[in-house]
Amino acid sequence: MLIDWFTVCAQALDFLILVWLMKRYLYKPVLDAINVRETRIAAEIADADAKKAEALKERATFQSKNDDFDKQRAALLSKANDDVKSARQRLLDEARQAADALSAKRQETLRDDARNLNQAISRRTQQEVFGIARKALTDLAASDLEERMCAEFIRRLQAMEGEAKQAFGAALVAAPAPAVLRSAFDLPKEQHTQIQNALNQTFAAEIPVQFLTDTHLISGIELTANGQKLAWSIADYLVSLEHGVDELLKQKGRTDVQPAQERAVAPKPDSSEPSTTAPGKASP
Amino acid sequence: MRLSADQMIFWKHGIFKLNGTIVFTWVLMLVMAVGSKLITRKLSTGADRTRWQNLLEIIVTAIDKQIEDVGLSHPEKYIGFIGTLFLFVAASSLCTIIPGYEPPTGSLSTTAALALCVFVAVPLFGIEEQGLSGYLKTYLKPTVIMLPFNIISEVSRTLALAVRLFGNMMSGAMIVAILVTITPFLFPIVMTLLGLLTGMVQAYIFSILAAVYIAAATSTRKRKTEQAEAGPVPTP
Repeated sequence: MLIDWFTVCAQALDFLILVWLMKRYLYKPVLDAINVRETRIAAEIADADAKKAEALKERATFQSKNDDFDKQRAALLSKANDDVKSARQRLLDEARQAADALSAKRQETLRDDARNLNQAISRRTQQEVFGIARKALTDLAASDLEERMCAEFIRRLQAMEGEAKQAFGAALVAAPAPAVLRSAFDLPKEQHTQIQNALNQTFAAEIPVQFLTDTHLISGIELTANGQKLAWSIADYLVSLEHGVDELLKQKGRTDVQPAQERAVAPKPDSSEPSTTAPGKASP
Repeated sequence: MRLSADQMIFWKHGIFKLNGTIVFTWVLMLVMAVGSKLITRKLSTGADRTRWQNLLEIIVTAIDKQIEDVGLSHPEKYIGFIGTLFLFVAASSLCTIIPGYEPPTGSLSTTAALALCVFVAVPLFGIEEQGLSGYLKTYLKPTVIMLPFNIISEVSRTLALAVRLFGNMMSGAMIVAILVTITPFLFPIVMTLLGLLTGMVQAYIFSILAAVYIAAATSTRKRKTEQAEAGPVPTP
């Protein structure tokens, strides 16, 4: 008999006991451990998902803030660039204006210096020229020259006409004191006589004359009577020439102001050179 | 020549006797229980696990998955019975590599006991799931005429379970024993290896068939529940 029923019952009992033992010591602990682990892993995954979602949200927020920051930075940079450009332009304009002003002032100063130098040179030249002329004429004065001056004085006296002659004649006649005739040198007696005769003839009267010597007259003769004066001397020419040169220099100074202002915009390095007429070229 | 370990009698008193099948079964039970207790004594729920724990987890989760694949929706409820069937038969086969060992499953008494356990467990699980009347009605389906055939099917499949396992295990042991007498070298080793494979396949077949029978007994209520949850079926 292949089947032993006692063994069958015993094996069935053994199997049921083994089922209980396996459930007690194998399946339940292992399945519990697996469930705990799966629960923990699920919780970790859920936590990780939550953290990932939070991280994504924060990343989006950060990205948004970054974008805003970039926009603000770009706007600030653009504004700063514009401000810098405008400030640079303003400073350049101010610097250019200041430089122009300084340049103009410098040009003006240079022109003033040149003008002053020119004027000083002109005055000095004028004084030197006239001094030389006076000295030369003084040195050259001699009897022949006195004769020529006397003759020229008489010619002028005789050439007087009209109101001037009448007024001078009235002054000579009405003068309480004798008329005074000044000359640079003592006139000879002969010339005293010629002048006296010429006066008497010209004004048809006996004119009393007092002959004096005045060293300030340069080669000249001067007749004064009762406020009227008739004179001829080289000094008169020189004074007239000096007045003419002074007037010419004044006109020259006025005409230099206008071109100088135009040259101030583009000054030249050699503009300090005097541009006025050289002293040697000053003409009487 | 012994056909099974039943004939290896250690002690006898009346109908009570202690034969090799019972003794080897006790040894197997002791090894399995103590081994499980030792391994599961310090189970880790974290990422660091011992190799033995990994092995047990692989075995248990594989059984669990197989039960679920058969169609049992709550495998943890059946894993004690079906899983123990598989492990006991598999351990019985694996231990054949130990000299002097004779597998308890090579005894028709053991396989009959296991088949009887399945024979009893199937209606118990069915009644638990569907109730007594619900389970009994399954014998009348599809028609009342099928009642005797269903009963015959129930009995015959139990008999088939017992005889299939016994035949395979006994034949394997017998072939090895015969071959040892004929060709003592190499060939018995190959046949032992083949016997290991056969034993594992038989363990799988035995436990899967038990799971299928249980699933068949408990599936009616499940189908009704699924249909109720899905709503009324639209008629064309």
